[in-house]
Amino acid sequence: MEQNLQNIIEILQNHSGLSDDEKAKLMAYLKEVDKKITIVEFKLDRTEKVKRTTAILLEETIEELEQKRKAIEETNTALTKSLDELKAAQAQLIQSEKMASLGELTAGIAHEIQNPLNFVNNFSEVNVELVAELKLELEKGDIAEAIAIADNIAINEEKILEHGKRADSIVKGMLQHSRSSNGIKEPTDINALADEYLRLSYHGLRAKDKTFNADFKTEFDASLPKINIIPQDIGRVLLNLINNAFYVVAERQKNLSGLEETYKPSVTITTKNLGDLIEISVMDNGNGIPEEIKKKIFQPFFTTKPTGEGTGLGLSLSYDIVKAHGGELKVETKEGEGSQFIIQIPIS
Amino acid sequence: MRILIVDDERDIQTLFEQRFRKEIKNNELVLAFAYSGEEALKYLDEKEQHAILILSDINMPGMSGLDLLSNIKQKYHRPPPLVMMITAYGDEENYNTAMKLGADDFLTKPLDFNQLKEKIKNIHHD
Repeated sequence: MEQNLQNIIEILQNHSGLSDDEKAKLMAYLKEVDKKITIVEFKLDRTEKVKRTTAILLEETIEELEQKRKAIEETNTALTKSLDELKAAQAQLIQSEKMASLGELTAGIAHEIQNPLNFVNNFSEVNVELVAELKLELEKGDIAEAIAIADNIAINEEKILEHGKRADSIVKGMLQHSRSSNGIKEPTDINALADEYLRLSYHGLRAKDKTFNADFKTEFDASLPKINIIPQDIGRVLLNLINNAFYVVAERQKNLSGLEETYKPSVTITTKNLGDLIEISVMDNGNGIPEEIKKKIFQPFFTTKPTGEGTGLGLSLSYDIVKAHGGELKVETKEGEGSQFIIQIPIS
Repeated sequence: MRILIVDDERDIQTLFEQRFRKEIKNNELVLAFAYSGEEALKYLDEKEQHAILILSDINMPGMSGLDLLSNIKQKYHRPPPLVMMITAYGDEENYNTAMKLGADDFLTKPLDFNQLKEKIKNIHHD
C-alpha cells in the first residue's frame, strides 16, 4: 500500500474520536483509493512503455522512408535514362522505318526511272536518224518534207526533255524521302506528290509480286492550292496509306472465295479543296477493318501483317505527322466493302 | 498491215509513229493504239479482222497484258492475231506465263526497234 495512505491509516487507528464502525468505513475507502492508484500506476506504466515502443517504431519508419526516398530517386534517374534511350531508339526506328519503306520503293523507283530513260534513249536515236533524213531532203531540195521532219525533231526534243525531267524529279523525290526531315515547310503541289507516290508504290509492288495487279484511279481537284507542308513527311504518309491500300486489295484477291470471282482490286486517290482545308483520301475496296482492330490501327507497333512483314509503325507515324501539320487523319471503313483513309490539312 | 500497240504510257504512240515514220508514210504499216487492256479488247471487238499483230505491254494497271493475252487467245480464232508481249521486267516468270498463254513472242524494254522491224518484216513475208 502507498506509504502516505499507510500513515493516514495509522493516524486513524489511534484517533479516539471515531467509532469502530466509522474507522472500518474509512479503512474501506482508503483501500479503494489505494486500489485505484495501483491501477492508475499500472496504466501509466503501460502507456510509458507504449510511448517508448512508438518512438522506436517512428524512428524505424523514418529511416525506412528515407531509404525508400533514395530508392525512388535512383529509380527516377534510371527511368530518365531509359526514357532517353527509348527516345533515341524511337528516332532510330523512325529512321529504319523510313529506310525500309525506301527499300520497298526501290523496285518502283527503278521502273519509274527506267521508263523515262527508255523514252529519252529512243527519242534521241530517232532524232539522229531524222537529222540524217533531214539533210537528205535538204540536199534533194524537198523543203516541205524537210520542214515536216524538223517539226518531228522538235516534238521529239520536247519529249526527251519531258522524260528527262520526269526521271530527275523521281531521283529528287527519292533523295528527299531518305533524307531525315529538315522540318522546313514549303509550298507543295499535293496532286503531284500523291501521283508520284502512287506510281512508285504500284510499280514497287508489281516488281515484288508479279502476280499482283490492281486498278488505280486518281480524282484530283485541279483547284487545289499549293499548301505549306514538309513534303518528305507528308510523302511518307501518302506512301504508307497507298502501300497499305494495295496490300489489302491484294490480300482480298489472294483469298477470294468462289462467290466473288468478279472482284476487281482497286485503289482510288481523291483530293478535294474544302476552302480552309484540303482533303486527300486513299480508298481501297479490300475487306475493310473489323471494329476491334480499327480501334488499334493508329497504335505504335500494332500490325495485322505476319511477323517480319510490317513494323506496325506506319500508321502511328502517319498519324503523328498529320497531327504535327495541324491536320487530322481519319479512317472510314465497312467490312466487306473497303476502307478510306482521309487526311485533312489546313490550307494556311 | 495493221498493228495494235497496247501500253499505258501515252508517249509510246509518238515514239512508234516516229520509229515507223517511213513505213507509215509508204502505207506499209498502219498503227493503232490502246492505252489499257480494256481499250484493246474494245478495239478488237470493233475491228477484229484488221489487227494482224498486237504488241502489248505486260505491266499495266487494271487488266494486265497477260490478262489481255489470255482473253485474245481464247476469244479470237479466225485467224488468231499474233501477240507479242513487251515488259520492263524480262523475267522468267512473266516469260513462262506469256508462253503458256500462247504468246507468239516476248520482247523486253527498252525495245530494240531494228529487231522489231525485222520481226514484222518476217510476218509480212510469211
